[in-house]
Amino acid sequence: MMRSILNRLVLAIALVISPIAVSQAQEHDNAGEATAQHEGEAPVEKGKFKVGDMIMHHIKDDHGWEFTHGVTLPLPVILYSADQGLEVFSSSRLAHGAVYNGYKLDHGKIHRADAAGAEPNDAKFYNFSITKNVASLLLSAVIMLLLFPAISRSYASNRGKAPKGIASFLEPIILFVRDEVAKPSIGPKYGKFLPYLLTLFFFILINNLLGLLPGGANVTGNIAVTLVLAVITFIIVTFSGNKHYWMHIFKPSGVPVALLPIMVPVEIVGVFMKPLSLMIRLFANMTAGHIIVLSLLSLIFIANSLGGMTTSVAISPVVMVFTIFLNLIEVLVAFIQAFIFTLLTAMYIGSAVEEHHEADHGIGYEPADAH
Amino acid sequence: MLTMLFALLLEATGSVAVMGAAIGAGLAAIGAGLGIGRIGGSAMEGIARQPEAAGRIQTAMLIIAALIEAVALFAAVICLLVALA
Repeated sequence: MMRSILNRLVLAIALVISPIAVSQAQEHDNAGEATAQHEGEAPVEKGKFKVGDMIMHHIKDDHGWEFTHGVTLPLPVILYSADQGLEVFSSSRLAHGAVYNGYKLDHGKIHRADAAGAEPNDAKFYNFSITKNVASLLLSAVIMLLLFPAISRSYASNRGKAPKGIASFLEPIILFVRDEVAKPSIGPKYGKFLPYLLTLFFFILINNLLGLLPGGANVTGNIAVTLVLAVITFIIVTFSGNKHYWMHIFKPSGVPVALLPIMVPVEIVGVFMKPLSLMIRLFANMTAGHIIVLSLLSLIFIANSLGGMTTSVAISPVVMVFTIFLNLIEVLVAFIQAFIFTLLTAMYIGSAVEEHHEADHGIGYEPADAH
Repeated sequence: MLTMLFALLLEATGSVAVMGAAIGAGLAAIGAGLGIGRIGGSAMEGIARQPEAAGRIQTAMLIIAALIEAVALFAAVICLLVALA
């Protein structure tokens, strides 16, 4: 009985959302005829739906937060320059290419502009705006700051009893990170690094999931965010590396001397490549997932421009069901990517702090300080 | 027939660089599919031989799949860079 209810629910959602999506497509087409073309673009027929632009607009950062077509939350634009000082104003003043205070918003980047719209000079200015990604980062930080102190308070007040409420919901996940990720990878010293690993896991997970909501911001698909996470991991690994870690890099044991000129540069490159691969893995997985979902939804709009409204209404249910299925896979990928980032970070930390093992040396090795 | 396919792809994308990016992304997808498929196959075999080790095998399979996917996504990211700039 549950299964048939689920089937009917999915069908109902697909049938309800499809005409809405198609009417949006009609509106896009009509709006497209009215907007002027940007300079420098190859001439396209007016009103044609440009898939690439729509997808990039949703993937990239933006100065206002567009929840849906027409509903935009203007965010503060904060600029600092030597000649104009600190300026804070709402991004709605720069909407539709308007020039405000000598600035203009062009394709998502803020440029200096005079009244005519041209760029007068090359004067540098620093952009500290609260953009869509920054606002979403702040939102996920607030979520975490509300959630985890509440959990620790509930543990403190429920001493000796089973956890209740939100603590009992998150306890399996927290214990999973401690027992399956931190303890096996880092060993006895896992306590020092467990707070970082838990923060990392939940930060990436919450941001991944927020990005999957309609109208959400693509935070972990922003390479600057993943770069910072990778740099923090790199700093932790480098500063907690003990003697054995550095010996493994500069003087791998059991390697004949003739091979050292190859092994040592490879190991040094490895020191930088590991955080770099963490960064690219998370960024590419999230961005690719969003691009796939957006491309599938664009099929409806492309069908609209090719065959009119009947074609797009006809294929909407199929596209919607497939997109829902892919969105669920993306939820799974969100969990997996958070887990993988945390696990690999734990493994790199573990390789930095692990003690000397017998297995590190080959057969016939004699320690210099033996006998 | 191959030249016809290339001509069609060149027509669709507009420049040889972008066509190369498109082909590269497709090849990266083939690579990822082959690699992760092999992992999945070995994992299935392992679970069939020893069903009580299924949990550990599944975890290891997920980890290695993520590592292989990362390499394929390196290629995809570079193709995206070529296509957009």
